[in-house]
Amino acid sequence: MIAIIDYGAGNIKSLQFALDKIGLPSVVTTDPIVVQQSKAVILPGVGAFKDAMEAIRGLGLVEVLQEEAANGKPLLGICLGMQLFYQTSFEDGRWEGLGLLKGAVSRIAGNVKVPHIGWNTLDHHGSPSVLTNINDGAYVYFVHSYAVTDYEDASLVASTTYGEALPAVVQENNIIGMQFHPEKSGEVGLQLLKNFGEMIK
Amino acid sequence: MNQMLAKRIVPCLDVDKGRVVKGKKFQNIQDVADPVELAQRYNQAGADELVFYDITASNEERDILADIVEKVAAEIAIPFTVGGGLRTMEDIHKILRSGADKVSLNSSAVVNPQLIQQAAWKFGSQCIVLSIDAKQTSDNKWMVYTKGGRNNTGLDAIEWAKRGEALGAGEIVINAIDTDGEKNGYRLDLIKQLADAVNIPIVASGGAGTLEHFADVLQEGYADAALAASVFHYNEIPIPDLKQYLDEKAINVRREQSWK
Repeated sequence: MIAIIDYGAGNIKSLQFALDKIGLPSVVTTDPIVVQQSKAVILPGVGAFKDAMEAIRGLGLVEVLQEEAANGKPLLGICLGMQLFYQTSFEDGRWEGLGLLKGAVSRIAGNVKVPHIGWNTLDHHGSPSVLTNINDGAYVYFVHSYAVTDYEDASLVASTTYGEALPAVVQENNIIGMQFHPEKSGEVGLQLLKNFGEMIK
Repeated sequence: MNQMLAKRIVPCLDVDKGRVVKGKKFQNIQDVADPVELAQRYNQAGADELVFYDITASNEERDILADIVEKVAAEIAIPFTVGGGLRTMEDIHKILRSGADKVSLNSSAVVNPQLIQQAAWKFGSQCIVLSIDAKQTSDNKWMVYTKGGRNNTGLDAIEWAKRGEALGAGEIVINAIDTDGEKNGYRLDLIKQLADAVNIPIVASGGAGTLEHFADVLQEGYADAALAASVFHYNEIPIPDLKQYLDEKAINVRREQSWK
């Protein structure tokens, strides 16, 4: 069972429907015990970084997520969920994240429209299992105003180009982040979720 | 700039009491199809996004809409926007919780501009779309109309769009009412003017009839997305053909990879 953490905002239903389509059982939860008992955890994400961290803290999930990450449980962060994995965000202030990955979150820079909304390409960096059956240059659906910076180079699995190269898929062992919405990225997105599902033993 | 971001093709489904309908200049509404079926068809054909407008909008029917939204979300894995008669934060929350990715505000934002701001604060700009129905009143002047094109609000369309952006809208759908359903092409003058005025994505609406119209609005009009209804509903322009055509015109569009 995959635990999808519901911290109050956003479109979780689409994620559940997508997991249903590829036959991955999931449960939407706020309960630390359910998270601990799950085989994998997805931290979805829409909304503001600060509010999300406050909600996660309020649910008593900060330490739980840090422990599960350290224990090697597969963790997938989607969009804001990926950003929450990092140490610091500069979204309307300066906020502490979960600190599972080294790096920060800043507003998308350059002469481009923000938010970055739409279909953009995944430019592969290497060929880890999370990119199984995904073509270099495949399109996925992004909706975000902030992006990860100062990340570890080795963690970059795929980037997208929007003004500059932005991290699109990151991975450090059992921790995966996707800045786009796989649940909204057609067949490509479903394949990426399937690839995450393959990590569950 | 942002060369890699694909231009979007967006079928629009006007929904009345649970059915998709298509009117010409908002009148002579004709029944076409089941929204969930049509959504699936567009998803498979390679549409990049869908828009649902509820054109009936009494409270009872709002429940029908939430139900459709949930069914659509279960069937398709591409983003979709829902609009029509969303007046309160509760209305917006309900539709987002049902599985919509974005909500589109039109008349309710004119009546209560703060709704844009409140909704953007609560749910994020990325899911708040300001939809504007505009009508040309003199040479370079476009006014905002509501109530299906019957009510001139007295607001200048370009100024209203700028205000919407300042209040936190993440995207603008601009519909030229005069060209809606006429299939004579998008109003490039309006759309270009708007694209120059704001720095958020623009979805052009109203007037698509040929392949060239799509290329024109995406290239010369600087629109980020092109919305159309009847040319897709009646399959006059199949989406794969349109994508192929735009690709040949060197317009960056998403093509589904064939990994299966």
